[in-house]
Amino acid sequence: MHELAITQSIVDAVSDHTAGASVRAVHVRVGRQSGVVADSMRFCFDLVTDGTALHGARLDIEEPEGQAHCRDCGADFTLPDLVLLCDCGSADVQVLSGRELSVTAVEVA
Amino acid sequence: MCLTCGCSDADSVRITNVNHRTRDHGHDHSHGHDHGHAAGPAHADDTATRLVTIEQDLLAKNDDLAAYNRGWLAERDMAALNLMSSPGAGKTSLLERTIREAPAGRTLCVIEGDQETLFDADRIRATGAPVVQINTGAGCHLDADMLHRGLVALDPPEGSLLFVENVGNLVCPALFDLGEAAKVVIISVTEGDDKPLKYPHMFAAADLVIINKMDLLPYVDFDVERCAADARSLRPGVTVLSLSVRTGEGIDAWFVWLDAV
Repeated sequence: MHELAITQSIVDAVSDHTAGASVRAVHVRVGRQSGVVADSMRFCFDLVTDGTALHGARLDIEEPEGQAHCRDCGADFTLPDLVLLCDCGSADVQVLSGRELSVTAVEVA
Repeated sequence: MCLTCGCSDADSVRITNVNHRTRDHGHDHSHGHDHGHAAGPAHADDTATRLVTIEQDLLAKNDDLAAYNRGWLAERDMAALNLMSSPGAGKTSLLERTIREAPAGRTLCVIEGDQETLFDADRIRATGAPVVQINTGAGCHLDADMLHRGLVALDPPEGSLLFVENVGNLVCPALFDLGEAAKVVIISVTEGDDKPLKYPHMFAAADLVIINKMDLLPYVDFDVERCAADARSLRPGVTVLSLSVRTGEGIDAWFVWLDAV
């Protein structure tokens, strides 16, 4: 349940930027290859925001897909999982996106 | 609640140097919130909301501490290896045999991670190596702050090689950089050859994969080649070593790999 520690770090990051202002919404980006489950993060969010300026805030999670570039055939393609393999058979693949794990913005009152 | 590991105070992380039986019960997180970029005063109109752009990596705090640990180790001419596996794959047994049989050179020391007990630290202490036990309580993984506190408690000799035995878990430890030079993932043949694809984040992070308990291979359905190929599909080019800690088969290749760290 590493999502608990990760979600706690949302509270830390937001608190550092909002100086105690009432937070209405938090926008985060959790790539589909990041190893963090968005539903688990939603579950943890209510738990860790209790008693903080983030209590009752909405959690908006953007989940970018994994995108990759094949260095052999030059194709750009979507990664369905963590296996780094192009349709051409090459494993010389550069991951372009999908590993994001960040808080991007907050809405404060 | 501890802001770094998410544990509750009742289950706080404990650091024990079993060589001296001292315990650190405190939460001395000295890496506080030294941020000079607080938002401006909130507007009085409470019906309007204001968007504040942040763009901060959620693992940034851990990664900063891991970088600090890496520097701390480098100053002492040290390197650390982060050993990860499911519970019972043979991490502690591998360390016991390594400490007893690896070619002499560097001092080997250990930081153990488990939810509870000093069992592993006691086993390592019996080999004569310096060791500290981290008990994570409710925590499912070690993070860079716990390792920092473990390093302070261990006070390792300069030039030594540190083994960090993570909490037995093929999921959560994969995400947390501790400041190690390399991540070593251990799987045993009794666990099944499908584990790399079932736990892809762990194997995608591996710098070395060890397949342990090869002495039991005749008794289980485990395809070593399939396991190795699946691990390489997640981490292209990763070295895979097959060995048996119990019999010593293949252990020399591990010692050779260690020598290059």
